[in-house]
Amino acid sequence: FAGLADVSISEDIPVEGEITVPVGSHSPEEDFSTLDEPVRDTIMRDLKAVGKKFVHVMYPKKSSALLRDWDLWGPLVLCVSLALMLQGGSADSKDDGGPQFAEVFVIIWFGAVVITLNSKLLGGTISFFQSLCVLGYCVLPLTVAMLVCRLVLLAGSGTISFIIRLIVVVAMFGWSTLASTAFLADSQPPNRKALVVYPIFLFYFVISWMILAFTPQ
Amino acid sequence: MATVDDLKFEEFDDAANLLAANPDATTISIDEPVEIPKNQHSRRQEPGREEDDELLGTFHSDKTELLAGQKKSAPFWTFEYYQTFFDVDTYQVLDRIKGSVFPVPGKNFVRLYIRSNPDLYGPFWICATLVFAIAVSGNLSNFLIHLGKPTYHYVPEFRKVSIAATTIFAYAWLVPLALWGFLMWRNSKVMNIVSYSFLEIVCVYGYSLFIYIPTAILWIIPEKVVRWVLLMFSLCISGSVLVMTFWPAVRDDNRRIALATVGTVVLLHALLSVGCLAYFFDAPELDFPAPIIPITPAHNGTT
Repeated sequence: FAGLADVSISEDIPVEGEITVPVGSHSPEEDFSTLDEPVRDTIMRDLKAVGKKFVHVMYPKKSSALLRDWDLWGPLVLCVSLALMLQGGSADSKDDGGPQFAEVFVIIWFGAVVITLNSKLLGGTISFFQSLCVLGYCVLPLTVAMLVCRLVLLAGSGTISFIIRLIVVVAMFGWSTLASTAFLADSQPPNRKALVVYPIFLFYFVISWMILAFTPQ
Repeated sequence: MATVDDLKFEEFDDAANLLAANPDATTISIDEPVEIPKNQHSRRQEPGREEDDELLGTFHSDKTELLAGQKKSAPFWTFEYYQTFFDVDTYQVLDRIKGSVFPVPGKNFVRLYIRSNPDLYGPFWICATLVFAIAVSGNLSNFLIHLGKPTYHYVPEFRKVSIAATTIFAYAWLVPLALWGFLMWRNSKVMNIVSYSFLEIVCVYGYSLFIYIPTAILWIIPEKVVRWVLLMFSLCISGSVLVMTFWPAVRDDNRRIALATVGTVVLLHALLSVGCLAYFFDAPELDFPAPIIPITPAHNGTT
């Protein structure tokens, strides 16, 4: 340790650099500007962010935009619309009908939380809300499938309509699973990817079954 | 008597400088404890584990006991504590599932596959899959059985999902708890060589339920004989996994208590499967009368 004994910062070595983290310095200005801007701008910015994420889900590329700026507006809208569309099913006996609104809501949110916890416990590096965001947004294809199913059921409920509904739901289920896997798979440890993907598969399978089993009164 | 000079603190040179001065001196190097050899140990062991386990038996389990003791050191309110229960890779989960579906007589599931690394991933997701498999298959089979009958209107029967979930999760977690408590109590009276931790018992029960997933899907076939054959087959397989696990733990005990314990384990397992079959799947032979238009007095009057 002889060399260390006489280390000292001599006056002729200039110490340079920035200690402060530059991120914080800009936000006060941004806060002031969002207070001053018209309300329409604020709303449109959020709507555009949500819309951009919808587009990302429909054409999944490995972009990090969905992960970086997470928001839960999209999942909320999708979950509420899906739960609303699953209402009005056969309710001749309360015990045997389709899922109630609260049940759909709880299944989607509780299921997403459990899957996120599962992936984090297995050693995933994604954050909690980012994962919720991705799983919620990837319900979009299934919501589209539900819409299509209700329209097809308006036309009739025979065998042909069932086959059409089956094909549509299966296709959208595949799309949902592939989209969410494309976003989430990279953040998992490589030898546990299947362990993380399987619960996502189960989650969308359950939602697809609820959509397919929907029969109007 | 040491002089003051002798007691003066001596600065030691850097190890490299000292060694350069005196190349023949013996050296000791202390490395940081490395995490990797433990994982390598368990991974290297996996391919040849059947032979090793047979021969080494207790020695190997002692070693893994010691290593396992190093793992779960985080306090139970931290996230890392629960991460230790998910420390499995895909191939390990698949191996455990394979071991529960193809039980080898004489090989203990816990010693062979779990090896002091019980995981909660398998039991939880197998139970969840089983819940939905039973609910969906039951719904589908009822739909197919009653298809074509004019009085039948398809209902999704969503309530049954919550009933199935309650039943299966209660079975997979409360029965191991009761069994573990019972084994601990017997252990205090009779010194058993083999004893299991609570999580190992949960693990065995969870993985033993896996065979019921394909069974539930095959129960869609609306033939009573087929269903009962499937039930017997899966009961034998998962029952044998449980019996081979728990027999060594009670074998040293009083003969009657040992038999009663193992018998209760199998009985509860049978009750679960028969109950699921009876409740979620309508009996196919309970045929409703074919759609004949009932003879009304008006019809009789016209002949």
